[in-house]
Amino acid sequence: MHSQRIIRSYSALFRKLQIISNIQRHKTQQVAEKIQIPSSFAADLAQIVGKHNVSTANAVREQHGHDESYHSIELPDMVAFAECTEQVSEVARLCNHHGIPLIPFGSGTGLEGGVNAVKGGVCLDLSKMTKIVSVNAGDFDCTVEAGVTRKTLNSYLRDTGLWFPIDPGADASLCGMCATSASGTNAVRYGTMRENTMNLEVVLADGTVFDTAGKGKRTKKTSAGYNLTNLFVGSEGTLGIITKATIRLYPQPEATISATCHFETVQAAVDSTVQVLQCGIPIARIEFLDEVSVDACNKFSKLNMKVAPSLFLEFHGNASGLEDQTKLVAEIVQANGGSNFVWAKDPEVRNHLWKARHEILYACMALKPGTKPYSTDVCVPISNLPKVITRTKEMIQEAGIIGPIVGHVGDGNFHVFYPVHPDDQETLAKVKDVSHKMALLALELDGTCTGEHGIGQGKRELLEREIGESGIKVMRHLKMALDPRGIMNPGKVFF
Amino acid sequence: MSALRVLVGCKRVIDYAVKVRVKPDKTGVVTDGVKHSMNPFDEIAMEEAIRMKEKKLASEIIVVSCGPSQCQETLRTALAMGGDRAIHVQVEGKEYEGLQPFHVSKIFAKIAQEEKVDLVVLGKQAIDDDCNQTGQMTAAILDWPQATFASKVEIDSGSLKVTREIDGGLENIKVKLPAVVTTDLRLNEPRYATLPNIMKAKKKPLTVKKPSDYAVDISPRQEVLSVEDPPVREAGQKVESVEQLVQKLRDAGLVA
Repeated sequence: MHSQRIIRSYSALFRKLQIISNIQRHKTQQVAEKIQIPSSFAADLAQIVGKHNVSTANAVREQHGHDESYHSIELPDMVAFAECTEQVSEVARLCNHHGIPLIPFGSGTGLEGGVNAVKGGVCLDLSKMTKIVSVNAGDFDCTVEAGVTRKTLNSYLRDTGLWFPIDPGADASLCGMCATSASGTNAVRYGTMRENTMNLEVVLADGTVFDTAGKGKRTKKTSAGYNLTNLFVGSEGTLGIITKATIRLYPQPEATISATCHFETVQAAVDSTVQVLQCGIPIARIEFLDEVSVDACNKFSKLNMKVAPSLFLEFHGNASGLEDQTKLVAEIVQANGGSNFVWAKDPEVRNHLWKARHEILYACMALKPGTKPYSTDVCVPISNLPKVITRTKEMIQEAGIIGPIVGHVGDGNFHVFYPVHPDDQETLAKVKDVSHKMALLALELDGTCTGEHGIGQGKRELLEREIGESGIKVMRHLKMALDPRGIMNPGKVFF
Repeated sequence: MSALRVLVGCKRVIDYAVKVRVKPDKTGVVTDGVKHSMNPFDEIAMEEAIRMKEKKLASEIIVVSCGPSQCQETLRTALAMGGDRAIHVQVEGKEYEGLQPFHVSKIFAKIAQEEKVDLVVLGKQAIDDDCNQTGQMTAAILDWPQATFASKVEIDSGSLKVTREIDGGLENIKVKLPAVVTTDLRLNEPRYATLPNIMKAKKKPLTVKKPSDYAVDISPRQEVLSVEDPPVREAGQKVESVEQLVQKLRDAGLVA
């Protein structure tokens, strides 16, 4: 009996040591050289997906070695195209057997270098899986495969009176949006992927295929077991590959009104935002542009807006109430010292009003032709937003760099789109320094280092600070449990 | 000038986003189980008519579709966008396969006369056959002026001022009403059907007719011999020099 207890406590200790050493090994594996691909591998891969769906051509590897971020291209050893979940499962099994890194690829529109193959391996392109599996208009849900993009879905839904409102700007794949817990300009009204993903079909490292909420389940709510759906949302391909997503749909707004206005200070813009939200006005989008952004827009889109901190607003609602609510917002804006409140109902005029906001990324890059966008993504409680933005602008000024600011002010989230030339190490260093300081400031102010873009490669250290040691340990346990060989998108989310 | 009565034609076609596949027997393309929707140019035509009605320049919008029973879905979408009444001219199966602008234009012309419309708005062409004929033929049968490829339409007491997109740029013409207009891409951005409107549309009147009700003979004027995929694109070849290029062209019998 006594000996049994000793044995038990020793095995417990042994197990603990094993887990620790696994984590250590995992850590060192991450620093190791790129894995060597066995010579038979390409043929094995071709057996699964078909010869025409495997490529080692440089051009194809390059296309799959980067996203829309500034992170340098890291080529995968080969690219495979999957056409169905079974193929994804077998590819995972094959990679896991050989310990070869496996990186899922949706639309390549990420902003944090999530698809860059830092350890080589196989990039698994899912864009051929384009089935819209089901649309349940009466239940406001639909299920799509990994290759379906949000614009494709919305076009498909256009005569049902429904839409999927989350709009990150790019025409991203919906499952990719799940993987990065994406959000967009509409989040203040419709939420982010976290709130709108009901079920996921996931392929794990060992090839297991399962549904996070159970096959075919699509209820508005559930208390059945662990919330596995939201475990995979935001996992950035490090825990499994999302092959299908069941997502919430919303009714098309009956009427839409867009408006713009300008303020003397960031504080005034944020105060107006808070008051509008407090009035329960059905604001669908509130976007903040600082004067540098507005100036960039004026130059690029050939507009004539007042160069001052500005808000771009959009209201969705019933035709009857909307105009009154617009008037209420105009009053709030005026009370905060705002000016030039312009609004429109007509789609062409609305599009023109918002043209500036839509083209902002290109406008920022046009400030310095030949540059790529280095974007930051901090998010804080709304009340702390003026502090972060003001301090950020000071730091940008001190560093002598260009940093236009665009914010989803209703969520406390803002981006600085630094135009950086890929070869300009000096500017890049300054930009990285300011961004790092911004993120640290956001963390101090109860915020997060990434509101919607994800951790990818560049924010791993910030994640550790943000979540804390214990939190990171829990994440590592989960990673070890689901991906013991560490093949799922190595080098991302954490070290 | 009193408000216009408008006729809009809506064709049910394979959705523009679908990858069209040829049937193995080469008699046509696969349509079973494939997503269909309103021809995008007809959506633009509907939108233009609805905007006229919102500005009180049009009084009633009648939407028409010729084809199988599923066309009623397309008509309901048109009604949800803002149409008032729908007419479904039912043509099924083999007969529908042989239906051409030649027949459809006669049907539209008859309906236009019966319903005493002042303006017929059609999409410039359907995305399945790309014929670009129905509008023109309808105008000819009615002996009405036509303004095709419209990118802007203004009503000006008994006439229309239309900007047309042509190869050389933009052409501004004036046509007397009644007239036929066909819509081009840049005329407007069509609205989405919203749920409340979709519900209301279910109650709007939809009548089913046959081509014979309009004394139109729809016997086919063409016979489809075969429908095939375009030839598979072959891999390109890289050459090292101009001499090599010329030699390859010679070998292929493309130059002397």
